[in-house]
Amino acid sequence: MTDTLKPRDGKDVEDAVRFALANDKPLELVGCGSKRAIGRPSQTDLTLDLSGLSGITLYEPEELVLSARAGTPLSEIEALVEKHGQELAFEPMDYGPLLGGKAGAGSIGGALAANLSGPRRIKAGAARDHFLGASVVTGRGETVKTGGRVVKNVTGYDLCKLLAGSWGTLAAMTDITLKTLPRAETESTLIVSGLEDAQAAAAMAAAMGSPCDVSGAGHLPDHVAARFDGLPGPGAATCLRVEGFAPSVAHRKQSLAAVLKPFGPVAVLDEKNSRALWRSVRDAKAFTFSDVLARPLWRVSTAPSRGHEIAAMISPAAQMFYDWAGGLVWIAMPSPQEPDAAAIRRAVASVGGHATLIRAPAAVRAAVDVFPPQDAGLAALSKRVKESFDPKGLFNPGRMWAGV
Amino acid sequence: MSLQIPPADRAVLDRREKIVAALRAIVPGEGVIAGEREMRPFESDGLTAYKQLPMVVVLPETTEQVSQVLAYCYAEGIKVVPRGAGTSLSGGALPLEDGVLLGMAKFNRILEIDFENRLAVVEPGVTNLAVSNAAAHAGFYYAPDPSSQIACTIGGNVAENSGGVHCLKYGMTTNNLLGCEMVLITGEVIRLGGKHLDAGGYDLLGIVTGSEGLLGVVTQVTVRLLKMPETARALLIGFPSSEDAGECVGKIIGAGIIPGGMEMMDKPAIHAVEQFVHAGYPLDVEALLIVELDGPQAEVDHLVARVEALARQCRVVSCKVSASEDERLLFWAGRKAAFPAVGRISPDYYCMDGTIPRAKLPQVLKRMRELSDKYGLRVANVFHAGDGNLHPLILYDANKPGELEKTEEFGAEILKLCVEVGGVLTGEHGVGVEKRDLMPAMFSEIDLNQQQRLKCAFDDKGLLNPGKVFPQLHRCAELGRMHISGGKLPFPDIPRF
Ligand SMILES: Cc1cc2nc3c(=O)[nH]c(=O)nc-3n(C[C@H](O)[C@H](O)[C@H](O)COP(=O)(O)OP(=O)(O)OC[C@H]3O[C@@H](n4cnc5c(N)ncnc54)[C@H](O)[C@@H]3O)c2cc1C
Repeated sequence: MTDTLKPRDGKDVEDAVRFALANDKPLELVGCGSKRAIGRPSQTDLTLDLSGLSGITLYEPEELVLSARAGTPLSEIEALVEKHGQELAFEPMDYGPLLGGKAGAGSIGGALAANLSGPRRIKAGAARDHFLGASVVTGRGETVKTGGRVVKNVTGYDLCKLLAGSWGTLAAMTDITLKTLPRAETESTLIVSGLEDAQAAAAMAAAMGSPCDVSGAGHLPDHVAARFDGLPGPGAATCLRVEGFAPSVAHRKQSLAAVLKPFGPVAVLDEKNSRALWRSVRDAKAFTFSDVLARPLWRVSTAPSRGHEIAAMISPAAQMFYDWAGGLVWIAMPSPQEPDAAAIRRAVASVGGHATLIRAPAAVRAAVDVFPPQDAGLAALSKRVKESFDPKGLFNPGRMWAGV
Repeated sequence: MSLQIPPADRAVLDRREKIVAALRAIVPGEGVIAGEREMRPFESDGLTAYKQLPMVVVLPETTEQVSQVLAYCYAEGIKVVPRGAGTSLSGGALPLEDGVLLGMAKFNRILEIDFENRLAVVEPGVTNLAVSNAAAHAGFYYAPDPSSQIACTIGGNVAENSGGVHCLKYGMTTNNLLGCEMVLITGEVIRLGGKHLDAGGYDLLGIVTGSEGLLGVVTQVTVRLLKMPETARALLIGFPSSEDAGECVGKIIGAGIIPGGMEMMDKPAIHAVEQFVHAGYPLDVEALLIVELDGPQAEVDHLVARVEALARQCRVVSCKVSASEDERLLFWAGRKAAFPAVGRISPDYYCMDGTIPRAKLPQVLKRMRELSDKYGLRVANVFHAGDGNLHPLILYDANKPGELEKTEEFGAEILKLCVEVGGVLTGEHGVGVEKRDLMPAMFSEIDLNQQQRLKCAFDDKGLLNPGKVFPQLHRCAELGRMHISGGKLPFPDIPRF
């Protein structure tokens, strides 16, 4: 039976880790548990539930900074900053519905540990780029502080970068500090319809290479487009978002339309539809419907101009769409028990980049590499980095790679 | 100079001739410099108060050579200090008497510019400005723009996570990198990232950025390129007090505007600059703010009007909007010449680099004035106002006995003050040797030991750039030891389910 410890503060977390250390008991670290099904299944009989560390401890909108305890619901943070006309500019996606769970259920600690981002990644960065400081408990049971509450900071190693995307394998975060930014006054999206994937990549490159300051660029092929929100009609849609002050958005819409004209007919989405569209792109909504929920799901990051080449190399029965100007490819494989890892990894290796198996049954995730396999040198270095934080391998053992 | 550097290893120095010969076998010709006179140019970096000749200078040209040099040094237990252009203001590239100085200047090629994917692949010895210049014909540029950009190298920028006046809107180096090739001290070559975003595993690129040459030698860098903004305009706003200027900065950001750049100068800086470049700065103000808006014409016009209106709600003495590109550049000419301008009114100056929460500015400036009186040394302030990064310049005369020491003490007090009010020791110049001994003001021993453990994961013998960043060096074996106390439940009251 799995025991769960629910610490109330940093001191409790230290105690729990020291207990686990002394008793050789690996821990599963969970915030609100919304992304538990990502990664290789861990073998632990003790769970450290960090959702009790909750509450926003500092928010100074004019200083663009917010601190919270790591288990604070992300939705609580987003609601507060929205009230002050701000946002988390990295546009954190919500994995909940993709994994068959509820929407809006994640914690801020989880958002950082998964280095979440969204369509605005291409302009504003990922969680890593907005993560200013943290207090964590390491696998030695020690509380370590890193970073601070100011953006400009190069004092010591930037451990926040490592924590972001470490999936709870390095340390248990107890307190975090983030950068907040003003929310755009308005937004609009231009849609080019009916493009093939390769043409869409070219259209997106043209848009990104214009001074129109595009903050979202995605391509929704024919076979999935109808499953996203806000679109004017059926058929493949290549979507380009501009955000900002109203006069600027109005101006850039026009310039961008001129850039896109050679590629095909251009339609315009108003603010409301634009918001709906990008939220559905952010959350990979096409793959949350019940008829596709069992499909193994890959998330691939590659050079924007090469993303579409992957499609040609894998099963035509796969479904897919592109974000990040073509550099982020979501691929849903046809057969529930067969993620076809070899084909995906071969395709990604040939264009450069990496692929993570975001969704698959536990037995499949135990049998294939979920995170990108690394060459020997990098794997050894990653293992040493892990051991520098967690020498006994207490935290989420094996979640990212076997033995790490 | 009271700086404690790890004691030179006699055994290594005794083998110097043999070591030089071995290095010459790896890097032929003029790539190994061992003569005292020829090594002089490498004896210090931008922190000129500290000088030390290295044991030998090596200037490799290929990753293979770097790998062989490092593997050799690792096997022989020889320390290595990487160096780019040597513009570090924190002594990051200060040589060691018993160390190899590994100069990366010959890695000076731009390998690829990929406009389709908006990136450039360059060698680390390429200067910051050269990257932007190479992309300029197609209207692209590399955003981080340290004031030293004509000289400093991309490798140095990565090692220091350098910023610039535009990083408020466009981020520091770390936000503008896609990948790098790096050689570990063992000689192993590691590739991080590539043409894609984010790491598939741990974000090691993120940790190498800003690691001050302590984790590996960077031999190739992939940076993101941005399209140049359509236009830019600047406002020059004078205030009767720095409090008023600070309030105005708060209002601008509070209104949801993130300017391309937002720089502040105090009265001593304004006067020094105006005498030097005649930028037309008002002399009857206590603080001057340059606010630059960039982007599409329509946006810039809109925001200039809004910022002007916001400024008028504050107490301002003067407010000028640039009417032409020439005038905008003139506004900046003063700010950009601030360091040399201060250099003209004082024999020497010492540039500090703390960051504070912006709202603490009046308190920090007031305390700085008191300290200035206490030490009898003048200070001029330039300030990246948008992100709270202060550059107090302490004016001193190195030829007056004891004045450098007094200056350093004053500087240390300023940085401790920054930490006290919730800020940090360094915003962009790095810790190096300069702020090394102040690290305990910000970090506990436990914090610092954890950072050193990470260092051990990359460099188990502590051979890469030792004596920088960490006030106390521990052996990796010692740091790795674990003291596990008792197997009892020490937390009887943690809720369990
Ligand atoms: C006048 C002036 C203005 C400045 N303005 C700014 C500014 O606006 N913003 C700012 O951030 N900084 C500024 N600086 C500081 C300095 O220019 C930066 O820190 C710069 O990035 C250093 O680059 P460099 O090539 O000179 O590196 P160096 O000084 O040679 O080295 C700096 C550090 O990087 C390491 N290093 C260098 N190359 C490599 C490599 N290939 N692999 C691994 N490690 C390496 C060195 O070991 C050292 O620790 C300024 C300096 C001067 C003199």
